[in-house]
Amino acid sequence: MSLRDRQECLSHQNLEWTMGSKIERKNLIKGLAFISPWMIGFCVFTLLPIGLSLYYSFCDFSLLQPPLWRGLENYQTIASDPVFWKSLRVTAYFAAVALPLGMLIALSVAMLLNVKTPGQTIYRTIVFLPSLVPAVASAMLWLWIFNPKLGLINTLLRNVGISYTPGWFGSPDWAMPALILMSFWGIGNTVIIYLAGLQDVPRELYEAAELDGAGVWQKTIHVTLPTISPVIFFNLIMAIIGSMQNFTTPQLVTPGGGPDRSVYFYTMNLYDNAFVNLYMGKASAMAWVQLLIVLALTGIAFWSSKKWVHYQGK
Amino acid sequence: MSHSTNQPESALSGRAKRRPAKNWPVHVALLFVCATAIVPFLWMVSTSLKTQEQSQAFPPEWIPKPLRFENYDDLFHSDKFDFLLWTRNTLIIEVLSVSGTVLSSALVAYGFAKIPFKGRGVFFTMMLATMMIPFPVTMVSMFSMYRWLGDHTGMEWLGTFKPLWVPAWFGGAFNIFLLRQFFLTIPDELSEAARIDGCSELGIFFRVILPLSRPALTVVALFAFMHNWNDFLGPLIYLQRPEQFTLALGLQNLQSQHGGTPWHTLMAASTLVILPVLILFFLAQKTFIEGIATTGMKG
Repeated sequence: MSLRDRQECLSHQNLEWTMGSKIERKNLIKGLAFISPWMIGFCVFTLLPIGLSLYYSFCDFSLLQPPLWRGLENYQTIASDPVFWKSLRVTAYFAAVALPLGMLIALSVAMLLNVKTPGQTIYRTIVFLPSLVPAVASAMLWLWIFNPKLGLINTLLRNVGISYTPGWFGSPDWAMPALILMSFWGIGNTVIIYLAGLQDVPRELYEAAELDGAGVWQKTIHVTLPTISPVIFFNLIMAIIGSMQNFTTPQLVTPGGGPDRSVYFYTMNLYDNAFVNLYMGKASAMAWVQLLIVLALTGIAFWSSKKWVHYQGK
Repeated sequence: MSHSTNQPESALSGRAKRRPAKNWPVHVALLFVCATAIVPFLWMVSTSLKTQEQSQAFPPEWIPKPLRFENYDDLFHSDKFDFLLWTRNTLIIEVLSVSGTVLSSALVAYGFAKIPFKGRGVFFTMMLATMMIPFPVTMVSMFSMYRWLGDHTGMEWLGTFKPLWVPAWFGGAFNIFLLRQFFLTIPDELSEAARIDGCSELGIFFRVILPLSRPALTVVALFAFMHNWNDFLGPLIYLQRPEQFTLALGLQNLQSQHGGTPWHTLMAASTLVILPVLILFFLAQKTFIEGIATTGMKG
């Protein structure tokens, strides 16, 4: 390997100093070579299937028979489907509450874990542990914890003296709060990403701020947040995508969307259409609508990022 | 701390006064956070050591008497829960897909972060768009694609591990994005210096960027591992025979057969599924935390 590298090095050495356009062309070839694994995968595992599903969205397709062209019929069907709108509202509600709260909690916990304290490693480990629990296991565990009669939470509430205890997943009003609370438990992944970002913040910046007389709060606002803004941005994008596609947990915890379909998420509706009713065409149309919504939200986030994300290397 | 001796007296004394008072709220907050994180977990292990009657007793007992370890033993002898075979299956998929994910994602992320080529922004946006594609879209058509491959190439894809690890060798958008964000924080001066010394792009990637990015790579490897370990939708779609099941799929299998009522059995099985991940995490944790600590890439 080193021999080949050396030969490459020797042959490339002089070329680096030639015309700009030549370097540009070389960069193009190098860049494409490096991203080629993704490009091949993109064509085979993304572009092709997504194209197929766009085609299916204009068809009557039950997976068992070849698709039949129906034009915009599927899109008209979902537009006049109250269940479609209900599931969209449910998803928006969850995203609007769980996303900002979750990001705030994760960042706060990461900052707490970044303070030098005795037992820091143990704290970090404990915070990360829940995110190791498989979705299936965690769903079953929280069903058990939120059990209205014997569950841990209602037992605790009764011990504190609250006689009226929520029915949680069995109640149309409490199923969503329960799911939101539950989503905070598995936040360890996000916390670790924030923590990695926090540890990249150069110590000199804090020392300089301290010399200028900055307190904890001022250091957080003027040093920490701008420096880790790429990490915040990354987590924001992941949170938007994740909350729009929330499926596994609600599907396992409240099959069918819970009482009054109060937690019937968009993707659950989509899944039911595709694999329960075998309305593959309708499901594909829903998937395309979902894709466009996610693209729009992420587009807004990217557009705004120019104003608040700072990269150290640049 | 040594530099503080040079500071004005007022700042020094102010700091000395504030330090202990500042750390108490942090401790209390951390203890609260950790309690909420660990209690559900302990609750699961506690339930896994109970009999069915104990698990439904009120008020609930934290440490059941006696501890019923037979719940675990039952699972090892159960013909519905083949722990060893399913662990082996899961590990085969893990090795193939984690190595593929880390290598291919790092290569692609390097291209996006460090090589200024025409159309990079367009490709990057396209890649991010792939992260946003709702999974049922590709799931349905990919199932039919794999079926088509099986029918037309003579190489079966459905009912094998291939659909679960082959795509990993083409870089995951999530991991590429994460690594690219890390690579961007590495100053270009470092790779520039190596380039002036006559190093090839691949040489810079392997000798300059990768060694500096060990913590990020560890994070990606861990996330990829956990993703595969926890994934049950993929195996559910692509694996058909119980001999091929992964642990997560097996757990789901066990659960649906029990209807979700016998919490003690379910929690015992869940604990068994979590245990290997925990062991791996505790083994890798040192590298992980150390790696993050040494990320200090100051210009």
